[in-house]
Amino acid sequence: MMQNKQYRVVVIEPSPIIISGIKHLIENSKDFLYVGSIADMEFLIQRLTPLRPEIIIINPSIIDFHKRSSVHSLFQNFSDASIVALCYNFIDSNILKQFDGIIEINDEKLKIENTLINSVNKNKNSETPDSSELSDREKEILISIAKGFQNKEIADIHNISIHTVISHRKNITRKTGIKSVSGLTIYALLNNLINQNEFS
Amino acid sequence: MNHYLFSSNMKLADIIMSNYRLLSVLSRFNINLGFGDKTINEICEQKHISEDLFLMICNVYNFKDYLPTIEEIKTIEINELISFLKKSHNLFINQDIKEIENSLNKMCSCCSGNHLSLLMKFFEDYKKEVINHLNYEETVVFPYIDSLTKNKEVNNYHINQFEENHTNIEDKLSDLKNIIIKYLPEICSPEQRTMLLQRLFLFQEELFTHSIIEDKILIPLVEEIEKGYDAK
Repeated sequence: MMQNKQYRVVVIEPSPIIISGIKHLIENSKDFLYVGSIADMEFLIQRLTPLRPEIIIINPSIIDFHKRSSVHSLFQNFSDASIVALCYNFIDSNILKQFDGIIEINDEKLKIENTLINSVNKNKNSETPDSSELSDREKEILISIAKGFQNKEIADIHNISIHTVISHRKNITRKTGIKSVSGLTIYALLNNLINQNEFS
Repeated sequence: MNHYLFSSNMKLADIIMSNYRLLSVLSRFNINLGFGDKTINEICEQKHISEDLFLMICNVYNFKDYLPTIEEIKTIEINELISFLKKSHNLFINQDIKEIENSLNKMCSCCSGNHLSLLMKFFEDYKKEVINHLNYEETVVFPYIDSLTKNKEVNNYHINQFEENHTNIEDKLSDLKNIIIKYLPEICSPEQRTMLLQRLFLFQEELFTHSIIEDKILIPLVEEIEKGYDAK
């Protein structure tokens, strides 16, 4: 029988209560193996290396303030490991978006497991760091959306599948925070992607 | 959990002090400010308000994780709940949306650009959507419930057809907030913009609580009544 792959999980978190909680939640999972915890950032790399982590769950508030904006460089020796934030107080969204996943303190067991699994996948196919800037392709699609074209038409115009159009639309909404077509039109106009004469 | 909820022997002034959003609940129960140190129990008696309903609504407003049990919901007089919801609708349309509209107009009059007409059009459409949604409840859902309670003939309508279509309404409000926070040019009247945003945030919270009251209290209560009706 094939042995299921178990990801080695390390928790970097000062509170013993929280650590025990996470340990307990993932202990019986066939996907994860809890291998240890670290309570502070002292000699972090030296202590982390022997644990060979594949998923690092870290509370962002214990990272030095000026290092928070470069989480991945902090763990550059562990580029294969996914980094998941564990939040129980307010953390700037600019800092959070560096992470491969976010666990909130009230999350249910199932949700936490999903977050961890997704973080591994996300880390695998992240060639470029996620930015909130729209890509050129996304801008083109956005212009078509603003002009009132439907998914099928947009697919034809840009010679891509509907599936790709939908995935572009999802990314555009994620980056701009705007869902409705009329809202996106205003966005396109404000960013000079279209001008008012181009649509009725 | 129940330990921390508001209860009838608390002073009304104290619970308002603890959460100013409850101010918007008062007028929907015809309670005016100036009630001194009266407790919730005293005021409800004086004003002939159902204490259970008043407390339930205040608790839903104040405690994010609170939902009454079906046993508690069953004690609610449905007509009183509907009367509350109707007053909420009225406030949304005649007060909240109007204020947002005024605020938006003021903001737009302080800055220039061809995007403003679009922004106003966006809100105009949004307003129509909200009014349509509320109208549907007033002209279809509430009359249906009324017939149901009066044991009148009801057509094939069932409350589960009442889809909780609040999502679209909330999405567009978020869109508007995003545009105003992130994408309007920096020079665009900062004071008016902040005021408008505060109103939008408050209104969104009101809508959110309103949809909880409809989805988690009204609908289960109607379902209970339907059960009794279908059994006949």
